[in-house]
Amino acid sequence: MKNNIILLIAAALILILPLYLHHSKENIEFAGADTQAEAVIQEIRPDYQPWFESLWSPPSGEIESMLFAMQAAAGAGLFCFGLGWMMARSKYAS
Amino acid sequence: MLTIVGMPVLGMHIMEGFLPYPMALLWTIISLPFLFAGLRSIQRQVQDNPSIKLLLAMVGAFAFVLSALKMPSVTGSCSHPTGVALGAVLFGPMPMVVMGSLVLLFQALLLAHGGITTLGANAFSMAIAGPLAAWVIFQLAQKSRLPLGPSVFLAAMFSDLFTYVVTSFQLAVAFPDPAGGLAASLAKFLGIFAITQIPLAVVEGLLTVVVVNLLLKYSACDLALLGIRPHPTTQTA
Repeated sequence: MKNNIILLIAAALILILPLYLHHSKENIEFAGADTQAEAVIQEIRPDYQPWFESLWSPPSGEIESMLFAMQAAAGAGLFCFGLGWMMARSKYAS
Repeated sequence: MLTIVGMPVLGMHIMEGFLPYPMALLWTIISLPFLFAGLRSIQRQVQDNPSIKLLLAMVGAFAFVLSALKMPSVTGSCSHPTGVALGAVLFGPMPMVVMGSLVLLFQALLLAHGGITTLGANAFSMAIAGPLAAWVIFQLAQKSRLPLGPSVFLAAMFSDLFTYVVTSFQLAVAFPDPAGGLAASLAKFLGIFAITQIPLAVVEGLLTVVVVNLLLKYSACDLALLGIRPHPTTQTA
């Protein structure tokens, strides 16, 4: 378990580092990599028009973040239910 | 660019409508047989070992969580891990085709992230190429007698990275640079997707090792059924 804590701290540091490195730069906005890809596509093929649009888009950033949070919550809920079930099984079965 | 749907489209897969339709169709046709093979593989594995159902649901859930977490990278942009390597290491690459495609479908329908027309291409990169890379690297690492922890780490890290290399390749094929051709275009897309992904791939590697460590402790019997055992001579990382 000690190893796991070290691994989790390492993962957290890797994610915090970019925020620290870029915290004073105004042109860094941590946008999605695909937004940048769209810009490159426009540069290579300025005439390209997307031929299909999303059937439905979240009406606002707030609603989008709620849906992302729900995705993460549902996944984490199911995953941790399973892990808890396994922990109880290994504790009481033996 | 951002005004197409009225707001920035944040996401890391190929955006809706952004592959010319012959390309979109081609990737869908390539991906479909893998999806059927994945469904068959899940059916067979559950038939052979009904007790692994819970673990199977958990690896799907893990991919759901990780692909919802958009993380900052040293390049100053964001992307997200895929989480498909865990399942590929435990169950082989095929079941994750189904899990990864479900994640992509959810995000395409509800989040305007990725898209229906690009689902085939995105499934190929995240749900087929990624798990295959994880599985091949894990097998190679185990054959060369690496301990379980490092094997899992390498498999997850390279699977994550490979997913975005494939995405870059798909975009480069669809949009070759007028001057430099496919190579120049590939370099541009790799610069965006792959470089951003390097630190996130390391994070996915670390998190996948944490989960495998937990499963080894609490679910060693299920892992043994799947042929996953801690290295006899070395402790796991």
